[in-house]
Amino acid sequence: MTTARDEILGRVRRALADVEPDREPVASPRLAERPHAEVVDLFAERVEDYRAIVERCTPAQLARKVGAAVPKGATVVVPAGLSVAVKGATVDDGTLTSADLDAIDVVVTDARVGIAETGTIVLDHTAGMGRRAITLVPDRHVCIVRTDQVVADVPDAVELLDPARPLTWISGPSATSDIELDRVEGVHGPRTLHVIIVG
Amino acid sequence: MSGTFVGMPAFPTAAKAALGDTQLRHNLSHATGVIRAKRSKLVAEVEENLGWEDLRLAGAAVKDRALRDLETNLVLLEERLSAAGATVHWARDAAEANAIVVAVAKQHAAEEVVKVKSMVTQEIGLNEALEAEGISAWETDLAEIIVQLGHDLPSHILVPAIHRNRAEIREIFIREMGLVGKPAPEGLTDEPAALAGAAREHLREKFLRAKVAVSGANFAVAETGTLVVVESEGNGRMCLTLPDVLVSVVGIEKVVPSWTELDPLLRLLPRSSTGERMNPYTSTWTGVTPGDGPQEVHVVLLDNGRTNALADEVGRQALRCIRCSACLNVCPVYERTGGHAYGSVYPGPIGAILNPLLKGTGDAQTDSLPYASSLCGACFEACPVRIDIPEVLVHLRSKVVDGHRDDTVSKLEAVAFKGAAYVLSDAKRLSLAERGSGLAGRVLSRFGRTTLPGGRRAAGRIPGPGAAKWTSARDLPAPPAESFRAWWKRTDGGTK
Ligand code: SF4
Repeated sequence: MTTARDEILGRVRRALADVEPDREPVASPRLAERPHAEVVDLFAERVEDYRAIVERCTPAQLARKVGAAVPKGATVVVPAGLSVAVKGATVDDGTLTSADLDAIDVVVTDARVGIAETGTIVLDHTAGMGRRAITLVPDRHVCIVRTDQVVADVPDAVELLDPARPLTWISGPSATSDIELDRVEGVHGPRTLHVIIVG
Repeated sequence: MSGTFVGMPAFPTAAKAALGDTQLRHNLSHATGVIRAKRSKLVAEVEENLGWEDLRLAGAAVKDRALRDLETNLVLLEERLSAAGATVHWARDAAEANAIVVAVAKQHAAEEVVKVKSMVTQEIGLNEALEAEGISAWETDLAEIIVQLGHDLPSHILVPAIHRNRAEIREIFIREMGLVGKPAPEGLTDEPAALAGAAREHLREKFLRAKVAVSGANFAVAETGTLVVVESEGNGRMCLTLPDVLVSVVGIEKVVPSWTELDPLLRLLPRSSTGERMNPYTSTWTGVTPGDGPQEVHVVLLDNGRTNALADEVGRQALRCIRCSACLNVCPVYERTGGHAYGSVYPGPIGAILNPLLKGTGDAQTDSLPYASSLCGACFEACPVRIDIPEVLVHLRSKVVDGHRDDTVSKLEAVAFKGAAYVLSDAKRLSLAERGSGLAGRVLSRFGRTTLPGGRRAAGRIPGPGAAKWTSARDLPAPPAESFRAWWKRTDGGTK
């Protein structure tokens, strides 16, 4: 008996008998180069467009800014290896269950890449970002992006990222347009996204 | 449990019924109008900086490259997925795919699964197959919950509940949520934010306890074994992250050759679908990551007619489709009839070609779909991967006609053309018909009843036997106020 695999591959081969493969990867159109400071400004503007909170600061101000981004009395979880110390935060050691995370108000993380054109932050869930669940279940995500992590557009980010890692691309807070195509922030992911751009 | 499209009437019958539903037409034209405006704004922004056409060409080229070498790409995808700890399954058809998912759920004694919105699992009727085995399948996308709780059918690829307005959604939530889990909060209003909040509360308990999740994938990268899910609400992230077991059903046409070639597609999809620079969340994963997310990952590679479409030299371009739904939003036929009239999970212009390509022509419902179009070309203009839908429609019409050569009863188009032949065969009848329709053109233009893409006016029915059948559910471009024959006579061939 032929397996489903062999049969499907055989059908594909027969269907494409008239076609030559094309072995040359497709090059993506790129934006013209711009000064990096402009790219960072655009990143801040575009993230804000999604109704995220955006602040900028120097490395010296970072700890204070992060502290101020955590509401009074809120419980906080942070990943191991975070670039800044957060007072009173629980460091995730992988043992917190989903229900435990559901009882935590805020998560603070670093980022891997920021994309200016689309206002996107990408997490690769290595040190400083932690496993995926911690940035998903709490309702407020405070995310630190260094200016030297900001690139112009999607192809620049794709080149930097390692596909072997799980990646989460975040463009603004969780949202839906399912009710009369009206964008509403806040469905299942964090309802508040607070981005701090450092440098 | 949601309804099923099986046994739906052919397009003209279903369209006629939908046209009589004024609430539906209002909801649709509002929604498609909003989304069209958002999309054009972003396309213009890309046009200014980069060139939208260049991006479209790149997107189409990536998908073509994947399809031209599909066998190599699928074998590579399988190898890389397995190397990354995923279990790969192959399914020739819907029944095989459903059986695989059911078996995985049963292995884990799961009584329920949570689902990320996915066209392909609707295509194969997975929810029904799971329910037949006593396993509840919870849809988690807001629009899908509205459809599922409303015992309804999806009517749009991206916004399946596009035919429902906020008051209807509120009623469904109040009536149904309590029957299957956490009830809607007291005093729920019809504010979109309040409705979204109710869905968040209702689903959270399901996300936190679910052991098995089912997803589709927008893209599958052969070179790396990476799957990609593009979404907005975070329900996708919940399903892809929290449960222990993840099963993804992936059509074989979803493959992308290399990691960097994801790029044009990731830029085209959100702008074309929701009219955003980027959708709120995109998740990518490559098999199993120890200590992070599901530790048992299955991928079901599905044919279910895709190789039929691939064998069709004209039609195979339809497999480039990234399900953005831009063609639905610009389609004058879709805007008036809604998605249900197409009788399939793939409605609108893409549905009119994809269904016959996947299923083959020959049944009355499928055969009527290539005629559900005025061939105005708006869908091709909007398509981010440059699928020439009108070309495929014409090609499929000829296939349908070939299949009906020996029929004794003439089919719809034959009837309409007979009517046209009756009108055109006699000069006197033709000029009478023209005068009639010229008048209609003036009247309609005065009231500006309807406008087609490109600003053309739309007329109602045209006279003549058979033509009434053809136009009873379609708006045709309005005839000019003066016919060519009348103009020729008045100006003596343009000399006066
Ligand atoms: S055919 Fe093109 S426009 Fe229509 S859904 Fe598919 S990709 Fe989008």
